Amino acid sequence: MVTESPAAIATQEEIIRLEKVSVQYRVPEERIGTFKEYAIRLLQRKIRYNSFWALHDVDLSIRRGEVFGLIGKNGAGKSTLLKVISRVLRPTRGRSVIYGKVAPLLELGAGFHPELSGKENVFLNGALLGYSRKEMQACFDQIVDFAELWSFIDAPIRTYSSGMYARLGFAVATAHVPDILLVDEILSVGDEEFQKKCDARITEFQQKGSTIVLVSHMMSEVEKMCQRAAWVNKGVIELVGDPTSVIEAYRGL
Amino acid sequence: MTNRPYFDSAVQNIPALEEIREIKRYKYLIFQLTRRDILARYKRSFLGVAWTMLNPLGMMLVMSFVFSQLFNQVANYPAYVLSGLIAWNFFAQGTNAAMSGIVWGGNLIQRIYVPRTSFAIAAVLTALVNLILSIVPLIVVMLFLHSPITPVIAFLPVPMLFLAMFALGVGLILSTLAVYFPDVSEMYQIILVAWMYLSPVIYPESIIPAKFITAFHLNPMYQLIRLFRLSIYDGRLPTIEEILPSAVISIVVLIIGWIFFTSKSDEFAYRV
Repeated sequence: MVTESPAAIATQEEIIRLEKVSVQYRVPEERIGTFKEYAIRLLQRKIRYNSFWALHDVDLSIRRGEVFGLIGKNGAGKSTLLKVISRVLRPTRGRSVIYGKVAPLLELGAGFHPELSGKENVFLNGALLGYSRKEMQACFDQIVDFAELWSFIDAPIRTYSSGMYARLGFAVATAHVPDILLVDEILSVGDEEFQKKCDARITEFQQKGSTIVLVSHMMSEVEKMCQRAAWVNKGVIELVGDPTSVIEAYRGL
Repeated sequence: MTNRPYFDSAVQNIPALEEIREIKRYKYLIFQLTRRDILARYKRSFLGVAWTMLNPLGMMLVMSFVFSQLFNQVANYPAYVLSGLIAWNFFAQGTNAAMSGIVWGGNLIQRIYVPRTSFAIAAVLTALVNLILSIVPLIVVMLFLHSPITPVIAFLPVPMLFLAMFALGVGLILSTLAVYFPDVSEMYQIILVAWMYLSPVIYPESIIPAKFITAFHLNPMYQLIRLFRLSIYDGRLPTIEEILPSAVISIVVLIIGWIFFTSKSDEFAYRV
């Protein structure tokens, strides 16, 4: 299904550019919890860090309207890469340039408050995703329609089932057509029927010209959905290209 | 579509200034976080927001019962202690909430981007709403005691602004430290108790021995509480000499806190 939408063909410009991006985590060998301990160790010069590069000199260019897949083993740096794109992590070295608003579909309902009602949480979550009051008021009805939660929307969210919770989270996160959508792992939200709705919405975004960056372990999904893919291994991009050949190379390891 | 990037990690002017721009972009988030804190606090209680007013009133009754004989030189002691308590509570609440806000937000900061100062700003704004609500019982108590309420009360927003700036500055410093050392929060509770007893919240200034008076005046909370009390309890317009120390200390502490926090905040997401 490598049909490129008209919008994507019209604008083949770059939307995400990473230049020699490196991310270094510095983890103290032992966890130092108190001031006293810290002060003593500082004097003794005993603070040792294990540093490791979660990403190392990553160059990547993703074009507007593309569906781009990231594959690789656990701990290879895929999620770190998404965090750099979504501005959660500033690269230790290198440069990341993003030409659009990023909507992360990573942690559905992160920041929901259990005591607040569904409605209150929709506005709170929307604000966390960077939307304004006007934008949220404009899409509120559509969010509740999509989540199919009209009869529960004024109830505190602690009374929701986990499926309802995730549905509402997905509906808020996808309320607006984003420039860039980040999807970490294939979403399994709610029942099969709702799952289809989610897939349909992501396809709709793609047709409307959103750029989608997808992390997945399901090679069939990547092959079906993505126009290009990258294989991330130990913090380095091994290969970028059409999904079939990248998957082949990854499997050949 | 313009060619100006939405975000470019290479363009990083001064973190402290960049953060101000981001906060403007995310002002709706600040509103929502404040709203959440106020709503969530009273969601399950029967009297709800009334507790914001009842709490200092209860404290005032206890303090008046215990201390009014001891401090009988203070006119309308209940009004005196209540005005000090609500100013102090604002500071204690705001700084504590800023600190727990970043710990709570830490979870979020590792998943999505939000300006990191939002949590502290919302914490102080929540405390500010509570402060405004607690002024109502203070006025009621003053009317009850026939303590005069003068038009100088219109000046009250000025000390409140200084208090808020000071609390935000201290809150930002504490939150930065709390990210690296979880113990800071526990330590701060002890400091708060000591600090309160070193400030004229429940006792009059006049009991301070002359040899300590200079040191006493160096306490920022002394200056801020005094300015707050002048405008409502004393009902006298403060002089420039009385305003200046509060203005300077709150502006300086806010700037230091803001710079300190924003210079470290890019590292927060790296801290697990």
